[in-house]
Amino acid sequence: MDQLSQTLGRFGGVNLLPVAVALIAFVLIGAPSSWVTLTVAGLAMGMMIFLMASGLSLVFGLMDVLNFGHSAFVSFGAFVAASTLAYFGGWLGSGSVALASLALIFAIAAAVMFGMIGGWFFETVIIKPVYKDHLRQILITMGALIVAEQIILAIWGGTPMTVPRPAFLEGSWIIGDVSIEIYRVFALVLGVAVYALLYLVLNRTRIGLLIRAGVENREMVEALGFRIDRLFIGVFMGGSALAAMGGATWAGYQTLIDPTLGAEMMIIVFIVVIIGGLGSIEGTLLGALMVGLVSNYIGFLAPKMALASNMILMVAILLWRPAGLKPAIK
Amino acid sequence: MSLLSITRMQTNIGQYAVLHDVTLEVPEGGVFVLLGRNGAGKTTTLRSIMGMWRPSPGSVILRGQDITALHTADIAQLGIAFVPEDMGIFGSLTVEENLILATKSGQFDQTRLQRIYTLFPAIEKFWTKQAWSLSGGQKQMLSVARAIIEPRDLILIDEPTKGLAPSIVDAMADAFAEIAETTTILLVEQNFQFAKRLGRDMAVIDDGRIVHAGTMADFVADQDLQDRLLSLSA
Repeated sequence: MDQLSQTLGRFGGVNLLPVAVALIAFVLIGAPSSWVTLTVAGLAMGMMIFLMASGLSLVFGLMDVLNFGHSAFVSFGAFVAASTLAYFGGWLGSGSVALASLALIFAIAAAVMFGMIGGWFFETVIIKPVYKDHLRQILITMGALIVAEQIILAIWGGTPMTVPRPAFLEGSWIIGDVSIEIYRVFALVLGVAVYALLYLVLNRTRIGLLIRAGVENREMVEALGFRIDRLFIGVFMGGSALAAMGGATWAGYQTLIDPTLGAEMMIIVFIVVIIGGLGSIEGTLLGALMVGLVSNYIGFLAPKMALASNMILMVAILLWRPAGLKPAIK
Repeated sequence: MSLLSITRMQTNIGQYAVLHDVTLEVPEGGVFVLLGRNGAGKTTTLRSIMGMWRPSPGSVILRGQDITALHTADIAQLGIAFVPEDMGIFGSLTVEENLILATKSGQFDQTRLQRIYTLFPAIEKFWTKQAWSLSGGQKQMLSVARAIIEPRDLILIDEPTKGLAPSIVDAMADAFAEIAETTTILLVEQNFQFAKRLGRDMAVIDDGRIVHAGTMADFVADQDLQDRLLSLSA
């Protein structure tokens, strides 16, 4: 294991793991066109999972809060976005790219707004009373996830809901033998843009500096005169909004959603956060890309192993690096 | 009037009573040294002043204002800086980022920064390095520099010489002496040689109680008292 770490370190460290996975998959798959399609699908899936998971990682890093209810925002984001798109169905079907784009922007904005407001409510009412108590955090947030699922069931019903997509995101680009689904490229670009924004906020602003320092040593940030609990509310709201945006994007990707979406995604989101290293945005991105790529490659190479692939990946990485690929320094 | 008055402070950590009766008067200016054996309650006293552990009962008064129940961040805003035993630096941040975080406006006062460069040349040398890559002594310098990057009324420093090479300890003593010309320092220390070089006033804590308070000069002159309270020879 040490030798593997040293070898990786010489060639760019764990950042190159997704590249290594893609190269190995290229050899195993054999057909370049299939490999390109799977790689784009894996990267797109990874970026959507990154959106969902990044907030959870920061929330844990900053306040040691284990929020199993995080994926409730994924569900709500998906359903709010789907309903907004349905409401603007006329714009989607008008044939105007501008109107369809506006409908998409409104749908994502509605999900983000819901995530922020819901995040504020969730933090204030459910999380705040259980700071510093992991057992109660797990119980109460798991309970909140179940309640959220029931609320979705009450509002939207139990029948799977079809998610309308703008016409300009339908179909695929065919380049030679390679077929690239347009929606996946959209998800990939959105994910990269959000990561770039997060990177800038965390590394170029005073708030970002406070968040990075708070993840590392919360008590010392307070000793410098900053109220971490107030900062945490903002981070929680932002993280919930990102989860809702991830849910909205995921809804468009799946095109059919049901109330169990959040509970299903919770497992993948936690796997990503654990693989990446709790509290680290770079680690979360790396973990999400690894999960996205491995899921797609294994789904193609050994379909019967697809469901187990994420768990096997997590176990393998934790055996190698118990704190995850890129944990925040504590 | 004292800068800091602590009256009958008691602090419990979980079910354990660590401080039983701490009463201290820290005058303005100079270095006030709090001596004591391992586990006597020195660190708990500093953390209780900073609001990291809540004393109850008892009171902590800074310049006439009761700060006992205030949040740590609010206590820091009133002008108290804390240099913890583990230095509390942010390893993933650069030296510059560690310091800029401690400024109120996010901008450096160039005069203060130059003073820090003079006191601790390593700060300027490793300005863009991530703090985890610094040596133990350099980390301690960064921790102290962070405490003085803004004007403070009082700096609480917890065992700054622990694990440092003698040459670094000497440099640290010189720096503290200079800082103490403008800011009051409450220094917790086990290294008596270091403490007596700096201290003007002092107290000894044992088993969570202040068992002696006076001037450092008197304490240094009384070998029997030292032997009895510290089990140390001067």
